[in-house]
Amino acid sequence: MSEQAVIEAKNLTKVYGGRAAVDHISFSVGRGEIFGLLGPNGAGKTTTILMLLGLTDISGGEVRVVGFDPAREPLSVKRRVGYLPDTVGFYDQMSAADNLRYTARLIGFKKAEREQKIAAALDRVGLAEQAEKRVATFSRGMRQRLGLAEILMKGAQVAILDEPTTGLDPHATSELLGVIRGFKAEGVSVLLSSHMLERVQSICDRVALFSGGKIALMGTVAELGREILGGGYVVDIEADGAGLAERLALIPGVSGVERTGIGKLRLQADRDVRPEAAAEVVAMQGRLKFLGVQEPSLDTIYTRYFERKAEQAVASKNGARHAA
Amino acid sequence: MQREGSAFAGLGVVTLKELSDHLTSVRMRVLEWLVVLVALAALYGAIQQIKDTTAEDPFLFLRLFTISRDPLPSFVSFISFLVPLMAIGLGFDAVNSEYNRRTLSRILAQPIYRDALLFGKFLAGLATLAISLLALWLLVIGLGLLLVGIPPGAEEIGRTFLFLLITIIYAGVWLALAMLFSILFRSAATAALVTLGIWLFITFIWPVLAGAAAQIIMPIDPRYASLGLPTPGTAEAEHILARLSPTTLFAEVVVAILDPTTRSLGPIYLSQMQGAVLGAPLPIGESILIAWPQTVAMIASVILLFVVGYVIFQRQEVRA
Repeated sequence: MSEQAVIEAKNLTKVYGGRAAVDHISFSVGRGEIFGLLGPNGAGKTTTILMLLGLTDISGGEVRVVGFDPAREPLSVKRRVGYLPDTVGFYDQMSAADNLRYTARLIGFKKAEREQKIAAALDRVGLAEQAEKRVATFSRGMRQRLGLAEILMKGAQVAILDEPTTGLDPHATSELLGVIRGFKAEGVSVLLSSHMLERVQSICDRVALFSGGKIALMGTVAELGREILGGGYVVDIEADGAGLAERLALIPGVSGVERTGIGKLRLQADRDVRPEAAAEVVAMQGRLKFLGVQEPSLDTIYTRYFERKAEQAVASKNGARHAA
Repeated sequence: MQREGSAFAGLGVVTLKELSDHLTSVRMRVLEWLVVLVALAALYGAIQQIKDTTAEDPFLFLRLFTISRDPLPSFVSFISFLVPLMAIGLGFDAVNSEYNRRTLSRILAQPIYRDALLFGKFLAGLATLAISLLALWLLVIGLGLLLVGIPPGAEEIGRTFLFLLITIIYAGVWLALAMLFSILFRSAATAALVTLGIWLFITFIWPVLAGAAAQIIMPIDPRYASLGLPTPGTAEAEHILARLSPTTLFAEVVVAILDPTTRSLGPIYLSQMQGAVLGAPLPIGESILIAWPQTVAMIASVILLFVVGYVIFQRQEVRA
């Protein structure tokens, strides 16, 4: 694990009533990295987050957050880490700024820096005009943004966001993801959890896919795609020209050509063959209308992974039966 | 293992925030009006009664608190009913409301311990009750001065001030109980109902049950009964059982403090009365001595209830 890691977990385990909710997981998050904990509800994501913050006891394993042990030095951890719980709540009868003032006092900011920090944070998330409005009137998206403002105000080195996009409309989601990208630009590490894979795929540097309290897969989306989907690139091409399909099939690395519509072809390849494909079309004096490569989608990776696991389980069962 | 930093970091911030929440809440305003109106009614009754009987009492001012005129109970009995209601009203949703508003995990992710949150809430509740009771105390003394027209002596002021302090401790018992249930139950309505149920049981049912239970533990001796006297063992058992209720403790302390002629809070034998001038008042120090065990018991129950709540809260999961 690198020196730069702000979060390091080794064999982290949490047992609830004899059942392991989090089962020996290890991962690390580097400085300025956006790390996604992805997986279905109940897979252990929130429990992992609560252990990182020292808000729940650790049953086993080791964890370091910005160099501190959350179980023994919770105040040092919580001073440097911002946390946005899933469905964050505020005191409804108080204004947005008053809610942040209360948090700022709990953190221990002096009055002068408090006001300046609150104003700057609210401005960053686009809530400056609503600062004196009661939170009761806020929409879900505004509450989530207020939660991010709290992390900004705190000047946290690490932002831990639990299901930040759940229940938001597409517009609010993209606004929120914009603010999260802003964290990265400032060198703040982000750990976010989500069960909506495709939403967060675009902003995560690396992801860990959770399943039943274990990390099933970890790495960049591209790495996982190669590993699980068999390193396949899918290139879609729309062009006209007789015999194009045959000529494209001859490009080195192309393993298959499939006709998906009139003048539409899909190439299976082990690398990005877009330059060669374009050259072939041009050489044939055909007209190239569309050329694109499909990014591996986390949804596909996730589904494929569990299909494969199920197949393997069946296969090993059958194998065992045959052996007997 | 020593925890890092102070457990009370952020205590002042939490206390001030909760105090301002309490003082501006509609709930508090309703409770205050209830208290003021009730105080006026009880005082009116007491003053009528004092005016009717000739005033030869050396502690006339204290009578303001204890005398009743049918059908109204005395000021002290009103207080012993209303203070628990106020305390329960302030405490029943102290912790579970943070869960239900989903603010708890966000607040606990700030650099403070849970201790500060819980203790701050308790202090704020107690301070709110203390402020209301102090206002009520000043109101009663002021009205008493105006309507009775006799200035109270230093000892009378001292005794009524002790009464104020003891009422605040009594309020603390109910506040701690209400907060305990606000930790135990996620639903504020359940917590409120359970706390009110316990209050009803302790205040109205337990005194009756204590008598019945005492007769089972210590059967009545027919020799005493034939003389029309209570059996000493039975009476003692009944006292011990009744004193499990903070309401009984409070009532006993109030009698000792506000009635200077009180010489004992339990059964007394004739031999112990030898040489005593019946009806002669005790100095304030002696009255305090009589009330001391009950006062300590009340303080102890505040601490006990708070600690039980504290331990449960520390072990609770923060996720809603």
